[in-house]
Amino acid sequence: MTAATPEERRFEVGDEVRVALSHPPGHRRTPFYIRGKTGVVERYCGAFRNPEELAYGFDGEPRRHLYRVRFRQHDIWDGYDGPERDTLDLEIYQHWLEKA
Amino acid sequence: MAEEERGHVEAHHHDHEVAPENRDVEETGHYELMATAIRELLVEKGVVTPEQIREQLEFMDSRGPALGAEIVARAWTDEAFKERLLEDGTAAVDELGIPMAGLELVVVENTPDTHNMIVCTLCSCYPRTILGLPPDWYKSKSYRSRAVIEPRAVLEEFGTSIPENTTVRVHDSNADMRYLVLPMRPEGTGGWDAERLAGIVTRDCMVGVALPDASG
Repeated sequence: MTAATPEERRFEVGDEVRVALSHPPGHRRTPFYIRGKTGVVERYCGAFRNPEELAYGFDGEPRRHLYRVRFRQHDIWDGYDGPERDTLDLEIYQHWLEKA
Repeated sequence: MAEEERGHVEAHHHDHEVAPENRDVEETGHYELMATAIRELLVEKGVVTPEQIREQLEFMDSRGPALGAEIVARAWTDEAFKERLLEDGTAAVDELGIPMAGLELVVVENTPDTHNMIVCTLCSCYPRTILGLPPDWYKSKSYRSRAVIEPRAVLEEFGTSIPENTTVRVHDSNADMRYLVLPMRPEGTGGWDAERLAGIVTRDCMVGVALPDASG
């Protein structure tokens, strides 16, 4: 399979990003609980074939940039029962992210 | 049906001619049937051979937490390796002859400031190539939801108390990375060699729900 050139990379480590508050149908790798939340890019993971396309038998090209984004637990959950410093990391594809 | 339940049923029907149910024949579920059908189609169409399927099963069954423990013990005894492991987990474990089989490994280090724990809220992504098959609790809906919402309560249930001034960092393994926790090397293991150290690195330590215990 030929590797198509991935889309342009839009974020760097340290950027503040917001996850789209969107609920498209189908196979999505962005959990509901994180949609609409704001975090900081912790790491760039590379470009991967889009699992939302692969799930339906498409080739997943162009590849999508994947970032590990760090969120404060208190920004995710109302009434989180733990210290302010607790965090959660997860992987978000670029097309789910916008500059915060 | 549980054994005692069966005994109960048979006791009530002792004066009837009741053929004992054959325990080896169980109704096949929908997903199991679909999986079997897809496997048979893939073989029929020549996409994979039965030998390849068998080899892959054998490969997965040969994996277990001992590989993860070897990686951790090496990191504890070789600072340069540890740096490479944290920088690029996939490449570092490849040095040890441990293939990630196409997956990317991210190793997260526990420190006095940060405790890491792993969950996959969407399904049950797990670093199977270095830890083997995930335990049932890792796949349960309870762990998958509660580990992100109330990680400290979940940790307490595993007997793991994390001080308030240590960050609990949950990693939702929701896409293409697989995670391994590098625990802190316990006090009192100064003279231990890598093999002895590996002996105290359990699966749960590498998922981040327990801490290595050197007192045993």
